[in-house]
Amino acid sequence: MPRPFTPKIVTANALLEGDVVYFTEDGSWTRQMSEAELLEDEAHATIRLIDAEQQGHIIVGAYLADAKPGPKGPEPVHFRESFRARGPSNYLHGKQADARSDARSNDNY
Amino acid sequence: MYRYDEFDTAFLAKRNAQFRAQVERRIDGSLTEDEFKPLRLMNGLYLQLHAYMLRVAIPYGSLDAQKMRKLAELAERWDKGYGHFTTRQNIQYNWPKLRDVPDMLDALAEVGMHAIQTSGNTIRNVTADHFAGAAADEIADPRPYAELIRQWSTDHPEFQFLPRKFKIAITGSPNDRAVTRAHDIGLRMLEREGQTGFEVIVGGGLGRTPMVGKVIRDFVPENELLPYLEAVVHVYNQHGRRDNKYKARIKITVHENGLDTIREQVEAAFERTRAEFEGVDDRVIARIRARFRTPDLVGGETQAYEDARLNPAFRSWADTNLAEHKDPDHAIVTISLKAHGATPGDATAGQMRVMAELAEQYGYDELRISHQQNVILPHVRKSDLPAVFEELKAAGLATANVGLASDIIACPGMDYCALATARSIPVAQQLAQRVEDLRIEHEVGPLQIKISGCINACGHHHVGHIGILGLDRGGVETYQITLGGDATETAEIGQRTGPGFSYEEIVPAIERLMLAYLEVREDETETFLEAYRRLGVAPFKEALYGPEKQRDAA
Repeated sequence: MPRPFTPKIVTANALLEGDVVYFTEDGSWTRQMSEAELLEDEAHATIRLIDAEQQGHIIVGAYLADAKPGPKGPEPVHFRESFRARGPSNYLHGKQADARSDARSNDNY
Repeated sequence: MYRYDEFDTAFLAKRNAQFRAQVERRIDGSLTEDEFKPLRLMNGLYLQLHAYMLRVAIPYGSLDAQKMRKLAELAERWDKGYGHFTTRQNIQYNWPKLRDVPDMLDALAEVGMHAIQTSGNTIRNVTADHFAGAAADEIADPRPYAELIRQWSTDHPEFQFLPRKFKIAITGSPNDRAVTRAHDIGLRMLEREGQTGFEVIVGGGLGRTPMVGKVIRDFVPENELLPYLEAVVHVYNQHGRRDNKYKARIKITVHENGLDTIREQVEAAFERTRAEFEGVDDRVIARIRARFRTPDLVGGETQAYEDARLNPAFRSWADTNLAEHKDPDHAIVTISLKAHGATPGDATAGQMRVMAELAEQYGYDELRISHQQNVILPHVRKSDLPAVFEELKAAGLATANVGLASDIIACPGMDYCALATARSIPVAQQLAQRVEDLRIEHEVGPLQIKISGCINACGHHHVGHIGILGLDRGGVETYQITLGGDATETAEIGQRTGPGFSYEEIVPAIERLMLAYLEVREDETETFLEAYRRLGVAPFKEALYGPEKQRDAA
């Protein structure tokens, strides 16, 4: 029996800012993992990785990471991807800070 | 401090212009990442987990107020207001943007600083005893030799593509504070028949295959140091393995070929290099010495210091954070960057400015970074210590814990590093906080806890009295403990205790080790390491895993 395929997302770092980005269905990049394209088929995942690697002028080091479907979109499986999606644990920096300031600015509306 | 000359200034300007053009070519698409990566690494620029990271060299850990202020400026202008001092006496910025890096390097060049050879398979920033030039036990200040090595190794045409990175550490004291036995080459200054020279230790290193370095030559006269080093690195460059990254360091070359074989080849190469270098060391070291400003120490009464010792807070700080200076009217101050619960080695821009100010006002304009991720004021008049203490306290820099359980070395781990397999910073934070809550570290006494977030061992866990190694075991953070490591002249690699602990379990496990030590020690004078050496691992294993019988049944 072949092992069942664990769903994947394509992720990388942005060339200019260096921050974590995810490949979307329309072939662009997002800062939010929940907006990434969840790849549930192995052959399709391989093709999407090649597509992503074509964009070396925007991103660095694209790879496939395990993911699982969640209510808002793909979620990380491994703790490394959880940290990448959130930011460091010693300061409120990185994505978790961006999320908080987004939430704050939303409160104003 | 060494004062750089016009050659250095011109060299840096040219190098920075070159890198600026390389960054532009990467951004406009002329360079691929594969082409750009080795170029950025040679200039200290990594791409980490959340962002780029710029590693700036602090040659042999020495700097002055002007340089420290520049580091503060970088932290504020291009980072998030802080910097991280590392076990290699460097500073790392965790959040630079690619476009800003050339400007950061230009700003550094204004004070003669750079990020050259802080990465890549080259000879890295040479590290030195952080008490160099001040320690009471020192034969001579090793920094002029460290500068000699810096000048020799920077852009050395033969050594830009070594099999792997190459680290050199140097000490001028018999008490080894520079971990010389865990470096590719360790240099220990000696005096023999009135002549100054070095014992050369080769093939030490931590990482996945930890090894204590071996003496390849018991004495190299000071004026033959460079040709000897050139011979060693030349032999390594030829024989170091390029087929396997994990077997590429010189420790493996020495291990696989045998020390005697390597020594023979080095001696043969040395015959040649000695002829080529004839007189260079003497001339250059004389020039370097002439450009090294060393302070003219002004002594003075020490009564103010004695009076201040009546204050318990000051006394506690003085007892842990001061070291003996070669001049009896002065002391060496270690500024702890290990406030309980804070990130080991981090300093805010504001704190950097306070340290710069103190160096200027009370410390002959000298600062050092230690491999233990603290900052040193190497020369402070004892009568000024009460004032220094008050100003440090106001800046959150007066934690009295140097050499104690909460003075933890921790690598950035998986909070920042792309290579890490687990986090180390929050383990250090929680452990230090726990130690503080229990208020036991002064009772426990000298204890070095070192944490690495992967087997590359940037956190020196192998040579910690207690070492903690974070691993990924089946998708879960797991922490292995080693005991009995020693980073000094009696260097030893710690031994693994047994199965690892989860992220939640590791802090209580270390707490049990400290409590077990307090139970089993002969008296207050027996340190943790001494108790471990006397009793072996058994009582500590029991503290970690329960009684042996129970373990068998489990």
